[in-house]
Amino acid sequence: MGYFELIIACVFVNNILLAQFLGNCPFLGTSKKMETAVGMAMAVIFVLVLAGTITWLVYTYILVKFGLVYLRTIAFIVVIASLVQFVEMFLKKSIPALYAGLGIFLPLITTNCAVMGVCVLNIDKEFTFLQALVASLFYAVGFGLALILFAGLRERIFLARVPKPLQDTSIALITAGMISLAFFAFQGMV
Amino acid sequence: MIESILFTFGLGSVCGLILSFASKIFYVYEDPRIAKVENLLAGANCGGCGFAGCSAAAEAIVNEEAPVNACILVATENISEIAVIMGAEAGTAEPLKSYNNCDGGNRATDRFIYNGLNTCSGVASFYGGKRDCTVGCLGLGDCVRACGFDAIHLGPNGYPVVDREKCVGCGACEAACPKSILEVRTMSQRLLHLNASYDALAPCAQTCPAEIDIPRYIAHIKNGEYEEAVYTIKERNPLLLACGRVCPHPCESYCRRGIEDEPVSINQLKRFVADMEMNSGKRLPIECAPDTGKRVAVIGGGPAGLSCAYFLRRVGHRPAIFEAMPKLGGMLRYGIPEYRLPKKVLDWEIQGILNLGIEGHTNVRLGVDFDFGSLIAAGFDAVFFSVGAWNDYNLGIPGEDMDGCFTGIDFLAKIGNQEEVEIGRRVAVIGGGNTAIDCCRTLLRKGVDKVLLVYRRTRKEMPANEVEIVASEEEGIEFVFLAAPNKVIGNEENQVTGLEYLKMELGEPDASGRRRPVPVAGSETVLDVDMIITAIGQSPELGFRGKGDRLDDLDITRWNTFEIDPATGQTNVPYIFAAGDAATGASLVVTAIGGGRRAARSIDLFLNGKPVVPQPKALLNTHIPESIFESVDGVKKRQRTKMPELPVSERIHTFEETDLVISEADALYESSRCLGCCRLCYNKELT
Ligand SMILES: Cc1cc2nc3c(=O)[nH]c(=O)nc-3n(C[C@H](O)[C@H](O)[C@H](O)COP(=O)(O)OP(=O)(O)OC[C@H]3O[C@@H](n4cnc5c(N)ncnc54)[C@H](O)[C@@H]3O)c2cc1C
Ligand code: SF4
Repeated sequence: MGYFELIIACVFVNNILLAQFLGNCPFLGTSKKMETAVGMAMAVIFVLVLAGTITWLVYTYILVKFGLVYLRTIAFIVVIASLVQFVEMFLKKSIPALYAGLGIFLPLITTNCAVMGVCVLNIDKEFTFLQALVASLFYAVGFGLALILFAGLRERIFLARVPKPLQDTSIALITAGMISLAFFAFQGMV
Repeated sequence: MIESILFTFGLGSVCGLILSFASKIFYVYEDPRIAKVENLLAGANCGGCGFAGCSAAAEAIVNEEAPVNACILVATENISEIAVIMGAEAGTAEPLKSYNNCDGGNRATDRFIYNGLNTCSGVASFYGGKRDCTVGCLGLGDCVRACGFDAIHLGPNGYPVVDREKCVGCGACEAACPKSILEVRTMSQRLLHLNASYDALAPCAQTCPAEIDIPRYIAHIKNGEYEEAVYTIKERNPLLLACGRVCPHPCESYCRRGIEDEPVSINQLKRFVADMEMNSGKRLPIECAPDTGKRVAVIGGGPAGLSCAYFLRRVGHRPAIFEAMPKLGGMLRYGIPEYRLPKKVLDWEIQGILNLGIEGHTNVRLGVDFDFGSLIAAGFDAVFFSVGAWNDYNLGIPGEDMDGCFTGIDFLAKIGNQEEVEIGRRVAVIGGGNTAIDCCRTLLRKGVDKVLLVYRRTRKEMPANEVEIVASEEEGIEFVFLAAPNKVIGNEENQVTGLEYLKMELGEPDASGRRRPVPVAGSETVLDVDMIITAIGQSPELGFRGKGDRLDDLDITRWNTFEIDPATGQTNVPYIFAAGDAATGASLVVTAIGGGRRAARSIDLFLNGKPVVPQPKALLNTHIPESIFESVDGVKKRQRTKMPELPVSERIHTFEETDLVISEADALYESSRCLGCCRLCYNKELT
């Protein structure tokens, strides 16, 4: 598979949110306002690129080497959690401007299922390091795309008349379902 | 097996080690309070506070971007602990509650209808909303949807009604309302809020110098909720018994009903509920915020001092009043005579204020019995001056110091203090204000043969309260208008025998708009009197200055009053504040009460180490132009309730209270005359 197809697959066809249904809590939680959604999207891109590559390295050079593949899940969780914590501290000290933009979202996505999912997918699909890097980046871009699209919709839904039982999260879930249906159109492209 | 244990253990240790080193290397100084506050928060990262997670909320609290009770989940004890970490501050440890400021709802007129848009924020984004009123409720219930605790519903009149029991003060409704109709505030914040140009205010409430929410208390009376009415008044005015009797009610001149009919008798309604509380024999409990431990010295126990102390106490500070006279009350006790405000009533009212936990020291005069230095040494954090205006102006005419000549305040204070004063048979009282009239009516009750009121302009220009002038006319006081005293005539024993005056005529209007009287040459006339009282105005007595302490740095105006920032009451010495007659010159009781509250707000800011700045957009008793009408439709003329009073023949012989309270039936009728106004809308009366 070429890199172009890989990118298309990650962003659209296998969109982590709308086709694989991972990472739904930040998707619903931070999509009420465009501003927060953008912040969250950036934070996810940042964390996923780091997490995806590091876990690939851990898997290939440690777990496989010592025949401990069955410890994959637990190892990934510990690695990702510490990594995010580390990055948070690093940013706070060294790049305060970036921290001010992303910082508050970092702890919220420490072990988000989208992050975990992408790391596991990278392994399952037997990607090379470069492929894992590209895939992690573009899965995250796909996440951001879906989140920002969705926040735009929700800002409008807020102004519309919604029957009482369907207000807030329920209408959000229905809308999410419909966007997801729309994304099904990409199915089979790659 | 062994490998996996070793591996997990190893991984854990490596990660732990890296992180602990990182936290050393990448250590950034952080306000230690943030961590403490975060420990006290719920830790649920729910986002209910509006911040991304608990640590962000903790940071916002410490940076004072969020209130200490921002977290919607934690228990009250935690909030109080956070408040302690953040330093005591009015309102911090108190619960927040939502209040609806607009009760116009469906009666407000519509400007446009947008079909299909069914949320307030949606409608508001088009030209500010469908209603004519710029601040009023749009009635589509965004707040109801925003409330996660089912504490708000839309009432039958189309505006939100808050269930205070269910409200947790999370602020969701305030955030959702595009019009700031719902405000989530603590009691202290509400007590210290000054009327602002964005508030939903009736014309009467804009006019009241004490900023009482007049239509609200009248509505309570109408519904028979007398206790609520008392509470509503006490949010702005602790001296309702006194004001209900002596206030010249400037609010009534702006009453909207008054444009088409006679104004609502607002002040009699106040007196009705105030008397109701007193006569019930039990005091309604008054809530005070948790103690802050900050102490404030209040110099002068008149209305301004009592009001400032009352509000400071209610927001949790510890005021102490220092009063020169034997009892508290200021001019209410030593100026206004018994027949207008019985001392028994005043005592009951003042006791209620002191009961909140205010120290009252009487018989101590600043500058004589103690000095400013000792106050500061005693640990007071701020000082409030409300020493009133007790120095009578002199006429500056020959013979003014003869036996039988008195000054107004001096005379009334002696009477008020139950001292014996030698009274003449025929008395001339010079002046046209309240003091002059009170002297006249007091003399009459003391049994003199004739009282003459000598004033240099005409009745129309008299500054005294209209009701007072009418009452004194009824009681048979003789007015000598357009008369300027020229000299006092006496006998060999230095005893007054007459007063010579010059006749005047009215000339061009002066700066105050009143026509200036000019003397007519050769018109000297002599009045045959044996006692003269001069009551031509007062200025503050500032004898405590000039002792070489910080008070000498105070700026004093050329009227001998304290120079203050009128929006804050602060003087040029940051920890000294002033209000009442001492700052405004002789004025009204309500003005002194309003000034006292305004100063209390500033003192609270000062005690919390915040800059003492005027409240943004405060009205300060100016009017909102759009709310002042030329004509009002939908008003049916209905007779204003007459004030019951003692018959003249009876009252001129006793110091018994002259004005009486209206009956409950009359109060209900009078309250039904109120149109329940807001900025623009009001309840139209259907024929
Ligand atoms: C005769 C008369 C009738 C009035 N009638 C009306 C009316 O009908 N309606 C109305 O609204 N207003 C009326 N007023 C005006 C009203 O009483 C005053 O505006 C109001 O009382 C001012 O309040 P204050 O607290 O500023 O001062 P004050 O009431 O004057 O109180 C000042 C207090 O400070 C004390 N003091 C002074 N110097 C010192 C010192 N060095 N140390 C300690 N204590 C000190 C005084 O003893 C006094 O108790 C009347 C005034 C007078 C004189
Ligand atoms: S009618 Fe009632 S609310 Fe309206 S101005 Fe008069 S007293 Fe105030």
